[in-house]
Parts: sequence; C-alpha cells; structure tokens
Amino acid sequence: MKNTDIKRLLYTHLLCIFSIILSIFIPSFFLENFSILETHLTWLCICSIFVTAVNLVLYLVVKPNASSKRSSLSYKVTRFLKCCIYFLMSCFFFHVIFVLYGAPLIELVLETFLFAVILSTFTTVPCLCLLGPNLKAWLRVFSRNGVTSIWENSLQITTISSFIGTWLGAFPIPLDWERPWQVWPISCTLGATFGYVAGLVISPLWIYWNRKQLTYKNN
Amino acid sequence: MQKISVLLFLAWVGFLFYAGIALFTSGFLLTRLELTNHSSCQELPGPESQPWGSQGKPGACWMASRFSRVVLVLIDALRFDFAQPQPSHGPGEPPVSLPFLGKLNSLQRILEIQPHHAKLYQSKADPPTTTMQRLKALTTGSLPTFIDAGSNFASHAIVEDNLIKQLTSAGRRVVFMGDDTWKDLFPGAFSQAFFFPSFNVRDLHTVDNGILEHLYPTMDSGEWDMLIAHFLGVDHCGHKYGPHHPEMAKKLSQMDQVIQGLVERLENDTLLVVIGDHGMTVTGDHGGDSELEISAALFLYSPKALFPGAPPEVSRFLHTYSAAAQDLQVKELHRLQNLFSKASADYQRLLQSPQGAEAALQTVITELQQFLRGVRAMCIQSWARFSLGRMAGGAALMAAACFLCLLVSQWLISPGFCFRPLLLTPMACGLAGTIVCAGLLTTTGLKLDPVVLGAMAAVGSLLPFLWKAWAGWGSKRPLVTLLPIPGPVLLFLLIRFAAFFSDSFVVAEARATPFLLGSLILLLVAQLHWEGKLLPSKLLTIPRLCFSASTGPPQRNGTHALGLGVGLLLCIRLAGLFHRCPEETPACHSSPWLSPLASMVGGRAKNLWYGACVGALVVLLAAVRLWLRRYSNLKSPEPSVLFVRWGLPLMVLGTAAYWALASGADEAPPRLRALVAGASVVLPRAVAGLAASGLVLLLWRPVTVIVKATTGAPRPRTVLTPFSGPPTSQADLDYVVPQIYRHMQEEFRGRLERTKSQGPLTVAAYQLGSVYSAAMVTALTLLAFPLLLLHAERISLVFLLLFLQSFLLLHLLAAGIPITTPGPFTVPWQAVSAWALMATQTFYSMGHQPVFPAIHWHAAFVGFPEGHGSSTWLPALLVGANTFASHLLFAVGCPLLLLWPFLCESQGPRKRWQPLGNEAEARVRPEVEEEPLMEMRLREAPHHFNAALLQLGLKYLFVLGIQILACALAASILRRHLMVWKVFAPKFIFEALGFIVSSVGLFLGIALVMRVDGAVSSWFRQLVLAQQR
Repeated sequence: MKNTDIKRLLYTHLLCIFSIILSIFIPSFFLENFSILETHLTWLCICSIFVTAVNLVLYLVVKPNASSKRSSLSYKVTRFLKCCIYFLMSCFFFHVIFVLYGAPLIELVLETFLFAVILSTFTTVPCLCLLGPNLKAWLRVFSRNGVTSIWENSLQITTISSFIGTWLGAFPIPLDWERPWQVWPISCTLGATFGYVAGLVISPLWIYWNRKQLTYKNN
Repeated sequence: MQKISVLLFLAWVGFLFYAGIALFTSGFLLTRLELTNHSSCQELPGPESQPWGSQGKPGACWMASRFSRVVLVLIDALRFDFAQPQPSHGPGEPPVSLPFLGKLNSLQRILEIQPHHAKLYQSKADPPTTTMQRLKALTTGSLPTFIDAGSNFASHAIVEDNLIKQLTSAGRRVVFMGDDTWKDLFPGAFSQAFFFPSFNVRDLHTVDNGILEHLYPTMDSGEWDMLIAHFLGVDHCGHKYGPHHPEMAKKLSQMDQVIQGLVERLENDTLLVVIGDHGMTVTGDHGGDSELEISAALFLYSPKALFPGAPPEVSRFLHTYSAAAQDLQVKELHRLQNLFSKASADYQRLLQSPQGAEAALQTVITELQQFLRGVRAMCIQSWARFSLGRMAGGAALMAAACFLCLLVSQWLISPGFCFRPLLLTPMACGLAGTIVCAGLLTTTGLKLDPVVLGAMAAVGSLLPFLWKAWAGWGSKRPLVTLLPIPGPVLLFLLIRFAAFFSDSFVVAEARATPFLLGSLILLLVAQLHWEGKLLPSKLLTIPRLCFSASTGPPQRNGTHALGLGVGLLLCIRLAGLFHRCPEETPACHSSPWLSPLASMVGGRAKNLWYGACVGALVVLLAAVRLWLRRYSNLKSPEPSVLFVRWGLPLMVLGTAAYWALASGADEAPPRLRALVAGASVVLPRAVAGLAASGLVLLLWRPVTVIVKATTGAPRPRTVLTPFSGPPTSQADLDYVVPQIYRHMQEEFRGRLERTKSQGPLTVAAYQLGSVYSAAMVTALTLLAFPLLLLHAERISLVFLLLFLQSFLLLHLLAAGIPITTPGPFTVPWQAVSAWALMATQTFYSMGHQPVFPAIHWHAAFVGFPEGHGSSTWLPALLVGANTFASHLLFAVGCPLLLLWPFLCESQGPRKRWQPLGNEAEARVRPEVEEEPLMEMRLREAPHHFNAALLQLGLKYLFVLGIQILACALAASILRRHLMVWKVFAPKFIFEALGFIVSSVGLFLGIALVMRVDGAVSSWFRQLVLAQQR
C-alpha cells in the first residue's frame, strides 16, 4: 500500500462529495422553487443520479480492482443488467427494512421508497462498482478481517457510516420542534447524506493514520 | 453459594431500590386526599346566629348575595404586571416599552375614573402553576396538588365541593366558553357550554376567536347567571413566543378590547371578574413556583360599588381532613385549633355584646387572618412543596443501588469470590442503622416516618458495601472493569437513559422502543456476521483468511440467525399495530383493535375476529405443547405434566367461552340472560383457579422426568463413538464429551450394580436436559392465561406475538453465546437489555400508555361484573395485573436467558451429524439423543449456577434501575417544566410500579428455578437410595 493509493482514494472521495454539493446547487438554476426541504423528492432523485454517475465514472477511470479476465460484450452487458437488478433489489430490501423499523406502511410510500433509493445509492452502488454483483464478496468485506485493499476498507467505512447516519437521522423525528426537516423521511435522508459524506472524509484519514497497522493479505 | 443467600441478596437489592423510590416519591409527589363532603345552605358554617340574618331572603344561602350575576373572564397566564397600570412617566424619562406592559388600558382607565367600582389585586397562585391544577384550586378554594387521591382516577372530574357545583345546585345557570379542560373537570355542570380544544400550544387564536364569536350574543341573550370565558391566547402566546414578543402585545390588546366590550355591556347588578390563573416566566413557561409564575392579576368591577367579608368554613374542612388523612402535622394542627376556638369565642362574645368596641372586632379579624395564614402554611408544607432533600436522597440511593448491581455482577464471575460477608455485614449494618435512626427520632420526639426509616436502613446497609468496594478497588482491579458493558449496549442504554429527559421522547416511547429494539436485534445479527458466526465459512471464499474453527466455534445455528432477526423485526412491527396513541399527539389514530369485541358492530367481522382470537389461543397452546414435546417433557406421568396436557386446553376452552359470552352478551335471548350472567362470573374465576392450581402443582412436583427402570438385560456398556481418531473440531468435541460422560455414568452404575445381589437394574432418565426451562415455560404459560383474560379479546394476538418474539429472541441470543462447560456461566448484557426493552415494547403493544386516563379500568370487572363492593385491593390487583402484564411475564421468564443456550445445545451436533450418519449411528441415535447434557451442565457446577442466576438478576435489576433512575432524575430536574405533571410524573409513577412488579417477578422466577433445582437434587438422592435398596 502506497501513499499514492491513499491520495487517489482521497481525490475520488472528494469528487463524490463535490457531486453531492453540485446536486444541491445546480438544480436551482434549472428548476424554479428548488430547495432541499421543500422539493425534497426532486433533490433525492437528482442527488441519487449524480452520486451514481460519479461513482460509475470514477470506477471506469480509476479501476480500483483488477479487471476481470473476460471482457466480452455480452459478459459486460449481463454484468450490468445484474447490477441493475441488484440495485433494485436492495431498494426494495431497504424499503422493507424501513417499514419494519416503523415507517408507515401505506402512506408516504413514494417518500419511503425514494429514501431507500438514496440509501442504496450511498451503499449498494459503491459495492456494485467495486465488488460487482457478487454477494459472497460483499459478505466477506463486511466481516472481521475480510477486507483486502484500501478500497474495500474505505467502502466498509463509508457504508457503515451511511447506515449510522441514517439511524441517527431518525432520532429528531419525535421531537416537538416542528421544523420542516423533521418530516419523514427528510431527517433520515439528510442523516444518510451526512453519514456518507462523513464516511468519505473519514475513511482516507483513518487509513492514512493506520497505514502502519493495516496489512492486507494480497499486497 | 447457597440458594437462600442468592435470594436474600436479590431481596436486599430490591429493598434498596424500593427505599430509594419511596424516599423520592415522598419528596416529589404532592398528594392530597379529596373529601367529598359538600356544604349546603341549611348547614350553617359557624355558630347558629348570623349577624347578616339573610336566611329569609329568596336566593340567599348563608348570606345575601350582593350581585345577582357574574361575568368571570379567565385569561390564562395573565401575570400581574400585564395588568398593572403604568405610572405616567415624566417628560425626561424614556418610556419603558416592553410588549406586555400597559396594554390593558381599559383596566387603568376604569381604575382611574371609578375607583370605588373597581379593584385590582395581585393574586398569588399556589404552585404547581399548571392550568388544570389552578382551575381546581380556583373553583374548590383549596390547594392544588398533582395527585388528588380521590375515588376515581380515570377522569379528572372534581369531586370536592366547588363553586360551580354550588351554583348549579342553587339553581343558577352557568354558561361556559373556552378551554375544554373545564369539560373534564365539570362534566355536565354547565347549562350551556362552548368548548374549544386547548391542546395545540402553538395555536393562538382558535380558542379566543371561538369565545368571541359566542360571548356577546350569549351575554345579550341574558340566559345566564354566571358566565365564564376562559381565554387561552395569552398563555399560548407565552409558550410559543414568550412575553417579550410583539405578538404578546397584540394578544393583550385584543384582551383589552374584550374587557372594554364587556364593561360597556354590564348591567347594574353584575360583577365582572378578570383573573389570571397563573403567571409566566421570562421564557413564557409556567408550572413551577417562581415569583413570576405565581403572581397573577385579579380585577373586579361592577357598575355598583364594591364590597366588604371572612369564612369559618376552613376550620371544619381542616377538622374533617385531619380525621381522614394523617399527613398534617399534629402540633401545628393543635395550635391552629386553639387559635380558632379562641377567635370564635371572641367572636361569640362580640355578638353577645353588639355595642363592643372597634378594637375587639379588630382582634377577631387579626386572629382569624392569623388562623387562615397558619392553615395555608401548614397545608402548603404538606401538599405543595417539593422536598428537594428527599428527592436528591432518593435519587442518590437508586444510583448507588444501580452501581451496586453493576459492581457485584462483575465480581461474581471473578474466581474465588465469596459474597457471604458481603451479604451479612450490610444486613447487620442496615439493622443497626435503623435502630439508631429510630432511637434518634424517638428521643427527639419527632414522628416516626417509615419512609425515612427505610431509607436509613438502606443507607446503613449500603455503606459497608461501598466502603468495601472503595477499599478493594484501587489496588487490585483496574478501572476498566468498572464498565463491563460492551460499547454498543452501553450506547443503547445511554440513549434509553437520555430519552427519559425529553417529554417528546417519553410521549413517543411507544414508537421509540421498538426502534431501539429493532436496532439492537440488527446489531446482534450484524455482530454475529462480523465475527464470522453467521454464515458457514465455506461461503466466505478466501481460504487464506482462516474463517474456520480457529476464529470461533462452528456455526451451530448457521444462516437461520438472519431469519430469526428478520422474524423478530416482523413480530415487533406487527405488535406495533396494536398501538394506543398518547393524547398529546392529536394527529395519531389509536388502533381500533384495542377495543373489546363487544363494541363492534357487524356480525361477520366480529365473528371473524372472534375466530382469530380463539385461533391465537389455540396456536399458543399448540406451540407450547409442541415445544414441550420436542424436548419430550410431555410424556412424564407427573401431575404438572398431566395438567399441561389436560388443564391447559380446558383453560383455552374457558377463555374462548368467556369471550363468546362477553362479546355477544347483549344479543343473548332473555331466557338465557341469567345463565350468561352466571357464566361470565364463573368462567374467568374458573380459568384463574385452574391456572393457580396448575402453578401449585408445578411448585409441588416441578421435576418432569420419566424414569424407566429396566431389570434384566443390561444395556450395552460400550461407549459408542462412530468415528475414530483424535477429535479435530469443536463439533467433534461436542459429540465426544457426552459420550465420555455417559461412559462414566455407566461405570458408576456398574459399581452400584455390583453391590447388589440380584440382577442388574438400569435406570434411564429422560428430559433431564430441559427440566428447568420446561418448568419455566409451563409457569409462564399458566401465568399468561389469566393475564390474557384481563385484556380485550384481540390482545390475545399480542400475547401470541409476545411468546413468539421472546422465543425468537432467545434463539438469536443463544446463537451468540458460547457454552462454557465448567466455567462461570454468564448472560451477556445485550441479552438482558434486549429482554428489558422487549418488556417495555410489549407494554405499549398491549394498548397501555403511562398516563392515568389510559389505564384499562374494565379489567377490574372481569369475573366481577357487579363490581367489588367496598373492597379496593382486588380491583387494584386486577387492574395492576392488566397494566403490568408484560413486565411480570418478562421478569418471571428472565432465567430463560441463562437456560436457553444450554437448551439449544441439543440441536447443534445432531443436525450436523444427520447427513453423515451411517447405519451404525442411525441405530444408536435414539440413545444419543438424550445424551447432550444441556441444562445438566448447570447442575454440574452448582456454585456457578447460583452465581449466574444472581448475576442475571442483578443485571436485569440494573437495566431496570437505570430506567427508574432516569425517570426520577428527569422528574426532579424538570420539575418546573410545562409537562411535568402531564408527562414526567405519570411516567415516573408507572415506571416505579413497573419496577416493583418486575423485581418481584424476577425474584419469583429465580425462586422457581431454585425450587426446580432443589427438586432435582432430591430426585437424584431418591434415585440413588432406591438403587441401593
């Protein structure tokens, strides 16, 4: 593991953060009355698209994992389709989890689903980019001693911090402050976003500080 | 360590908590008895002859009325300085411009123009300065307290003698408009009423505009003798913006216009009273006793000139009250009574000699005033003042008890720890403390207060312990062991602790607890995965990472831990559908399923629901029987097992029949009415009686073991190991160890047999492995049925979910707990906290809320449709059992947390070997199956077993103690908070009662396990004796 690797990681993460910031400011040029709180669902869609796009581009440019041996077009297409299916599945999965956690079942379905989409964007999309549609690899990364590179390590950190942010985002909901951001699911989506950004910032720093202790099995 | 000392220790810790709770409660909860006596016109207050001589006049009661009609304008939170006239400032001074000053100009004008027709007073409100308490005080003339321990908790209706009641009984028409709190206080007392919701504190105008719409038309109609208008705008404005906001100026100007309009319309014989019920702080809140909060304005005006007057009614009240309750100080009472009799004697003398001097009159007046002040001071002392010392002492005692639980539960697993001295010295010290304290109190002549005495005993017994802890700490143990709770669980406990300090979270606890519980469960699953225990290692493809045997024990429960987690979440969510809304959130709708079936219209839906409820019962019964059969505890001829086989279905039948009667009682044909009425008395009692007899049977013969004695052909004595070679993995070991154990057993048996002259006798005992948990499960089921009967029918689904949920949770927890065969057994903290969380969650999903109006009072009438007559303890017991059913069940079931991992042991190896089994093994299996030691491992180390039970109990008490401590701290820190009497105080009371129920349940549960243990011991002894004979 070299410092250049960490530097590359840092730059990609900064780009991701930048994309989120862009998703806040750019739409206001094109859309009237755009604001995160009032037209929250629009922002969710735009943010999700931006982050997905940046992740894909970065993945294609940086190529953090060794390219697979097969490179036929059909293989790529099936892989892409598989990724799409995985993404959808994860959206539904998160939706179910939210409902199990107490989200309303019948009302606000669209809001809950878009929340699931944005959380999938922050967690599933990077996993898909880095590990491909390979559940076993995912399970490996998210267990003790399972990571094999700094990319996977940062993936672990950002994903977990996204989840924690989402979880913490649920706490202000019962408070009687009557703020617009306490409405379901705004606080949770904001929590997820903050968690993701925090993960993006923390993971290069953490890896940098612990670079002496971190030894990955394959390099 | 002996069983009795474990129980004693638990009881002692429970006592510490109780003493703390009692001490805190005595300082915090301001209670007062409500007297239902009413004055009447015939019953004169003082000595017979009255100087006023008004009895003859029409419409007069004790004295002639000076005004025939009254308009009472109650402006909520009208502080005195809001109404105070502003001194016209000199030309040099800058005008003071605060938004709330000098806005009520009409008062000032009237006071200046007609000084004899108007008076402005500063009235002092007695705390707690919350609206409902103040209204009670204003209308009854007594001191407000939080709990008026009256006959009826369910409604807030005033039962004491009060102004409105007297007016209505005198035939006056009382018209009300405004705050709907009055509706609860005086149900049906008004001849005409316009209520407006007072709930939303942020809504400034609904109530006021509503009043204004009706005020003048009603006034002009003349259909009233007393008109009450309760404006809320000023109060709500204070809560929303505070008094220093321009909005307050607007609101006060509006009130000014109202008063102006009223004054213009007043007729000659009418009195206008403008009064604030309390003040507000600089932030606009109220509820406490600061100067700003208790100063309120009182303004009187009449076109007729105002008045003179003083009442001796107080003495009679005092007399009656001191006869009814003992909380007034005796000495002070005597002094006051003497004062009063002297004053009334003077008064009598004055009456006899009417030509008496002015001076005599003056002394009588001062004496009477002195008397009134004295009474007030005494009552405040007793009813309306927080005793901060007691509150702090109580909280400190609870904190110390929590600390003790934490510390001792940590010490218990350290080897060679002997706690006998730890138990005996506190007992002795506590006793000594009590005696010293009692002696001190009696010598100083103070009244013996059992609460203080108990607290002194608790402190006395805690001191040596704390001293020991302090002494033993610094040298030997590092500070890290102080916090044995793992990080995530500590975080959960902290969140739970902090949540009690926010009124929003207390109100939303019904939603917050399932959320926390779900998070904890997902965390457990994630942790299992993180440690590599969740999935078989072959799934994790990288071989060099060595996930197999070295990182942990093999996956006993495999992937289905994930299934358990999801199932648990699903159960929690389903249970959340049975949810009663707190009244603070008007937008939320309570589940319609909480109402009894009898209230449903529509036969088809009712029948379907009835079917579902009975189905839930049957499923519950079938599940319990299936479980017992699986652990083969159902074949024994013991009476308790027979009871499970035949008694439980009978109970189900009885419950179902009772529900059928209860839900369709009104539709019964008249001929069967008597039968139905009789059955609805008999059936619940029969079910409860069956359950009680089942429990007694269980206590009498708790060992459910089949003994098969076979004389003749001896069993093969070979140790059957189907594989050879050294054991390679944990699983192999798991398989081999029982075999060795069995071998030793056979050896022992052989030795026994050798002593006998006759043919060899072999004894095979079945189901020893699950003997403890079988008794626990049976006891829980027996407990659950009568509790279920106390609830509405559809709550049976929640009971089913409760059992399912705890079953899944136990399995999930067991998946994460390794079995330590010889060593100290421990129950991890996450298990205990999840268990306690689940108890709270089920409390809510059974349709309860920690507020008094939400108590299910109908439970008192199950089995007693005609009421209870004069006895109060039985209905209290029934309602308590209904309210704290989940606390009780979970506390009694707490030892299962310890037992379950051993129970799950039986599945692991068998499941693993099944696919590999060759013929030889298949032949052997029937015998191998009984072999896993399961709970007999606990018996092999009785010392550790007892220590583990004690540790479990202490941990559970710690988790509960943290909650009650948080409630107490929240209530004492936020005692000035707006919501203290509405949210925090009821929450504290419910939590305290829940704690008491839980600790008693825990004690009983552990005692039951010990009873089973004792029975198993004696059973073994009998067996050996029988063998030797």
